[in-house]
Amino acid sequence: MKAAVIVFPGSNCDRDLAVAIEAVTGAKPVMVWHGDAELPAGVDLIGVPGGFSFGDYLRSGAMSARAPVMRAVAAAAEQGRAVLGICNGFQILTEAGMLPGALMRNAGLDFVCRDVALDVANSQTMFTSLYGAGERISVPVAHHDGNYFADDATLDALEGEGRVVFRYAENVNGSARDIAGIVNARGNVLGMMPHPERAMEPALGGTDGRRLFEGLVGALVGA
Amino acid sequence: MAAEIKRLGMKARVTITLKNGVLDPQGRAIQSALGGLGFEGVGDVRAGKVIELELAEGTSAEAIDEMCRKLLANTVMENYRVEML
Repeated sequence: MKAAVIVFPGSNCDRDLAVAIEAVTGAKPVMVWHGDAELPAGVDLIGVPGGFSFGDYLRSGAMSARAPVMRAVAAAAEQGRAVLGICNGFQILTEAGMLPGALMRNAGLDFVCRDVALDVANSQTMFTSLYGAGERISVPVAHHDGNYFADDATLDALEGEGRVVFRYAENVNGSARDIAGIVNARGNVLGMMPHPERAMEPALGGTDGRRLFEGLVGALVGA
Repeated sequence: MAAEIKRLGMKARVTITLKNGVLDPQGRAIQSALGGLGFEGVGDVRAGKVIELELAEGTSAEAIDEMCRKLLANTVMENYRVEML
């Protein structure tokens, strides 16, 4: 299984994400600079990491979404490759139009940085097959712009199609319908504000994120 | 070496605002701060942004509109208005 992690100027979770992927696959992901127009051949999984790419200029993720590499990421997603966007990565995927909606300033205006309880709203995706349906897990968040917004028709469609994957058990940022993570229609692109790559080791506070990577890699290797 | 800055003939001002009904936490904080300063009678406050563009003479309205839709505004949550200066 071959993975790539995209690196933007201002990414700061790229190495954490690479370490998490390597912990599960045993292979180091290829780190791909945002200015590259192509991804390494044969990549099965593309990670779009958290951070403050381009200093959140204009809107969080707005600049990164227009980086040359994102055209290659969108093309790879259309071919069915798995794409995992975490935090700023989720913001970038919405700005790129690969996922619907937008992430706005937290309703409470504060930067929220702590563990939050999440409910697994759909355990049938390639990202969540190792979680139980409706299972409650604990994963850290660290963001200022995590307030998920979409119009009612979009929200209804997301819910109706089972595309809401994670919900906040306590809504820490004002997100519409407690949405913490969604997938695209095909189910191969996941965006989520919480950081599963920071919940991989008991010594670092929890392991509830690990099954996301294990399940995903299992799905990709088995495919 | 500093990049040469060309003075271009046209100017446009793009005003970007949140759509009606979209919660504006920054606007709400400004409203509350104005109240804290003793200003009474301040209703809803909405914060937005202004982007001024220097443009080559003859840039079409369609091109400017495309700039707004493709980058300057996120039409999921924002409206934009273009004025030629």
